[in-house]
Amino acid sequence: MNAIPAELLRILIGLVAVAASVGLIGLVMVWVERKVAGHIQRRPGPFEVGPSGVLQPLCDALKLVGKQLFMPSGADPILFWLAPVLAFLPVLLLFLPLPVGDGLQALNINLGLLLILAFSGLAVLSVLLGGWASNNKYGLLGAARAVAQSVAYEIPLLLSVLAVAFVAGSLDLAEVVKGQGTWPWNWNVMTQPLAFLIYFVSALGETNRAPFDLPEAESELTAGFHTEYSGMGFGLFFLAEYANMVVVCSVATALFLGGWHGPVLPGPVWFVLKVSALMLLMVFARWTYPRVRFDQLLVINWKWLLPLAVANLLLTAFFVKLAQFA
Amino acid sequence: MIKEALNTMSDLWSLMVGLRVTKKYFLDPQVTVRYPWKAVSNIDSYKGHLMLVGGKKDKGLAKCISCGMCAMACPSNCLTVVKRKAPKPTPEEEQALAEAKAKGEKPKDKTPKDPEKFLYDFTLCSLCGTCMENCPVGALDFTGSPYLAGYSREDFHFDLVQVLKNQAAIEGVDESAAPEAGQSEA
Amino acid sequence: MTRYQNMEQLTGDFYTQNFAKTAREGSLILNLGPQHPSTHGVLRVIVELDGEYVMRAEPILGYLHRMHEKMAEVKTAAQFIPNMGRVDYGHAMGWNWAFVGAAEKAGGIEVPERAEYVRVITCELNRIASHLLWWGAYLLDLGAFTPIMYAFDDREKILDILQIPTGSRLTYSYFRIGGVAQDLDADCIRRIREFIPWFRSRLPMYKDLVSDNIILRKRIEEIGVIEQDVCRRYGATGPVARGSGINYDVRRAAPYSVYPKLDFEIPTSDLKCARGRYDVRMAEMEQCLRIVEQCLDMMPEGEVLVKGAPKPSWKVPKGEAYFAVEGARGKIGAYVVSDGGKNIYRTKLRAPGFCNLSLFAEVSRGTILADAVAILGSLDLIIPEIDR
Repeated sequence: MNAIPAELLRILIGLVAVAASVGLIGLVMVWVERKVAGHIQRRPGPFEVGPSGVLQPLCDALKLVGKQLFMPSGADPILFWLAPVLAFLPVLLLFLPLPVGDGLQALNINLGLLLILAFSGLAVLSVLLGGWASNNKYGLLGAARAVAQSVAYEIPLLLSVLAVAFVAGSLDLAEVVKGQGTWPWNWNVMTQPLAFLIYFVSALGETNRAPFDLPEAESELTAGFHTEYSGMGFGLFFLAEYANMVVVCSVATALFLGGWHGPVLPGPVWFVLKVSALMLLMVFARWTYPRVRFDQLLVINWKWLLPLAVANLLLTAFFVKLAQFA
Repeated sequence: MIKEALNTMSDLWSLMVGLRVTKKYFLDPQVTVRYPWKAVSNIDSYKGHLMLVGGKKDKGLAKCISCGMCAMACPSNCLTVVKRKAPKPTPEEEQALAEAKAKGEKPKDKTPKDPEKFLYDFTLCSLCGTCMENCPVGALDFTGSPYLAGYSREDFHFDLVQVLKNQAAIEGVDESAAPEAGQSEA
Repeated sequence: MTRYQNMEQLTGDFYTQNFAKTAREGSLILNLGPQHPSTHGVLRVIVELDGEYVMRAEPILGYLHRMHEKMAEVKTAAQFIPNMGRVDYGHAMGWNWAFVGAAEKAGGIEVPERAEYVRVITCELNRIASHLLWWGAYLLDLGAFTPIMYAFDDREKILDILQIPTGSRLTYSYFRIGGVAQDLDADCIRRIREFIPWFRSRLPMYKDLVSDNIILRKRIEEIGVIEQDVCRRYGATGPVARGSGINYDVRRAAPYSVYPKLDFEIPTSDLKCARGRYDVRMAEMEQCLRIVEQCLDMMPEGEVLVKGAPKPSWKVPKGEAYFAVEGARGKIGAYVVSDGGKNIYRTKLRAPGFCNLSLFAEVSRGTILADAVAILGSLDLIIPEIDR
């Protein structure tokens, strides 16, 4: 009798914590991205507001909130405003099953991975709606690109995740983490390096990050699907992008990098550190590489990632079965 | 087949090389000069808007002889030199003048040569330096000041004679100060 | 090909409507520009898209037309020089030279030898700056943000050097009929000497960062193939022609100034694609350094402006003259016709960018939109020069 309210309470606290942390992460990530980009380009990045400019994203957020929400004529009002909300809301759900520490999980379900993968698929819908409803040719092209890209990259992403799930024998992220050990050679990345690589590349594609940021390729499509969004409409897309980045990096950490495991330091610290390292890599990739072309993007996916992921999955399945017999 | 695989590997390696470059510069010191607090060091060779050069004795008095060569040479017609009118001669001078005329001598021109006004429209100027090159006495020069700013078009219409006088007055306090809005009267 | 049935439904201005008349049913007509991130200014390109494929593209010019040729008719020769820096902000020295050279030719004016070397040095340094500007902006087109910052870091050094004799940083008005405005002083020469090895050490970094990058290679290899006959038909010059394997450089084909005395190569590439043009420009920067190095060693002492150099009121003698120089984008030509009057009767400026852009419509047909942008960037367009 006692268990149900406790679980409810936990989800409630989790939701509040997640909503707060998503906002915070968004602000922090904006700052980190700009600072890192600045230093890569040998300039200081934001440094005016607050020490080292840490309050700059807050000012930008305030500015975005204060801006007039503008809708182009001929746009579909319902879909147009639904899109940014739809981009942002599922992200909150994605944070729930993430195991930050041992037992530190907002929603402990045994299909956590499935929940994340299912709801992250919703992101493409918001991009499509946003691009379609803006009544803008650039938006339309961006939306079309986004759909083709997301649909394509979801498959190798799923397959690489599945390989790990085979090894761990569970779709519960906490279980997968528990199956790994303290030291790097106990992590899944050692047994599944190819899956990790495929996952990471697909994640870049899935989150529309450079070098796969085609839906918003500004030299071709000005801003792609969010060309017509102003103020918080754009802000929500922006926030959702960073939140999605955090989610894919967290999942990568849990699946491949041993989650909260690590020597000396407490679990959550290790988790945050690993996620940050992956995020930094994503930021570096964005500020280093040119953008791939759209057909090349699909070629990379269908001709390289997908066959490799399938081969990897088959091999994993074979060895898992072999281990069962042995 | 093997060659292809090796090529693919080297292609992937090129991505790593790129990351190495950005990592290096990430750790290197920045090159940005944080402007309002620090100024760049290369402004001494910068050539900004025009100014009149003062004489050796009186720094407030321009070397200019109002010949108008600069105004003629200017490609964008941004200079206007207003010559001084001859001062009204005193009765003694008038007498002397009449005497000189009677003797058949050419009267000496007592008109001061420096211009009454030297109007300069910076909104039209392209800083080509043609006026300076054609000045017979070297009375024009570029200021080294890149910080000229104003709120309206009128702020860029200068009377360089006035500017020179004001500058001579504050000489020693701040030499390179740009002429301020109040000093400009077109 | 079915045409648009309902003509009254066509929207847009004259150009769009005219373009849409011959569009296929169901295709998407997209205006890239006049304000668009990839057009570097106010170039407008109307494209007809089928999905992501460019069926047709048409550049629309004239958004930055400033009547430079008309202005030449109301100014004396010397007064027109400041205009030349504004025609092409990327390679202002080349334009300076083209016009001044034409006026000198018409007037039969000899230029002191030191001035010739100073001209070559400043022109070549400006060429490096122009190529760096292109390099950064081109990679920005391709989605790499960082290279432009590194390129501008280097370009800044050149601008600092050129600021010493010219006093300005972008729109130089440095050449005079009969020489140059000011000599290179010791400080300037010292800086140039410091710059050469430093910039050489930077070039491998450029190669590591992007030139060798597999993503960039895939982006620019085998796209925008320009055959030699296309180049010849449209009159393309400069790196665009040399990227297609045409070994044509005004510095060698019709030598002027002290270039015959200098030892340098004309880089060409047989790739014919955007990569070829990229390689040619990267190699050209090295050659520029070589030229500057030699000039510094060979430069004699002496005047930089001929004695009795023309005053602003100087009249170009009756007759005509044409002078061409190799600019960063190709052959810059100035054709001067004088009737002996106060102003030059007619000045015709031949802008390389105009010819280079005109082949875009043909080359971009059938490419993907992203490729069209990459091709447009590889032509190295400076819009004010095209519109003049």
